[in-house]
Amino acid sequence: MCHQTVSLVSRHLEAAGIPTVVIGSARDIVEECGVARMLFVDFPLGNPCGKPGDRAMQQSIISLALDVVDTAIVPRTTVQAPVHWGSDNWRSAFMEVGDHNIEALRAAGAKRREAQLTS
Amino acid sequence: MAERADRQVTHRSHVSYIDKSREYYEASGYDQPYRWAAFDEVPFTRLTKPLAECNVAVITTTYLHHHDSAHGAPATDKVVYHHPVADRPERMFTSDLSWDKQATHTDDPESFLPLGALIALVEDSKIGQLNHRFFGVPTEYSQRRTGLDAATIGEWCAEDQVDIALLVPL
Repeated sequence: MCHQTVSLVSRHLEAAGIPTVVIGSARDIVEECGVARMLFVDFPLGNPCGKPGDRAMQQSIISLALDVVDTAIVPRTTVQAPVHWGSDNWRSAFMEVGDHNIEALRAAGAKRREAQLTS
Repeated sequence: MAERADRQVTHRSHVSYIDKSREYYEASGYDQPYRWAAFDEVPFTRLTKPLAECNVAVITTTYLHHHDSAHGAPATDKVVYHHPVADRPERMFTSDLSWDKQATHTDDPESFLPLGALIALVEDSKIGQLNHRFFGVPTEYSQRRTGLDAATIGEWCAEDQVDIALLVPL
């Protein structure tokens, strides 16, 4: 949801004459909304500016984002940062739905809806 | 002769969070999927001055960590805000946002609020300056409410003569 929020803000600023770049990891949400420029960082959600503690990587990502602002000539310009998380396990583990948790998800959802009705 | 790839992969390069969230909430018993914002037309403003002369502002979806409240949550409902970059936060409140809490952490604010990186780029003369304040916007399901917040941030950027806005969602 954070990605949609900043994409909408980006669109507003661009329309008002301020160039923008979104640095994000949820590429589909940003691109469906439609922004002028995106630097896509293919990491788990939480560290779009680089791995925690890795100052060199963080510096290179922010520098590249500014280059994207400087050089883009059309809207919907997406550049993928040349960085890698190191493993791919997070891709399927995040918001996973499977036989092992489907009952628990259904029960938690029912409980949430019940709480909303009574609040 | 073709060069050998420097990596080989087993997954495509991006996760679809639209698909993931729909499947997750469907499994949780919600029958109406969230309708994400989608536009055909995209506003675009070209940069008309050198980066080295630009005033750059950061916009985040995270909030200041309140050390005196439970879990660091803001004491009141979240509203759009600004904060001086001279007072660089050592940590931010992120636990109410949806990010990958299994795979990573947000203990290093530079991994999502790049004030230090931008200060270094000012020192390198890559950009002119870091705007004297950064901006925060609440994550809303309501696209109408985000529109109102965007207008406020637009006014603040105009007041500060911001040349480039760098937006970082968590």
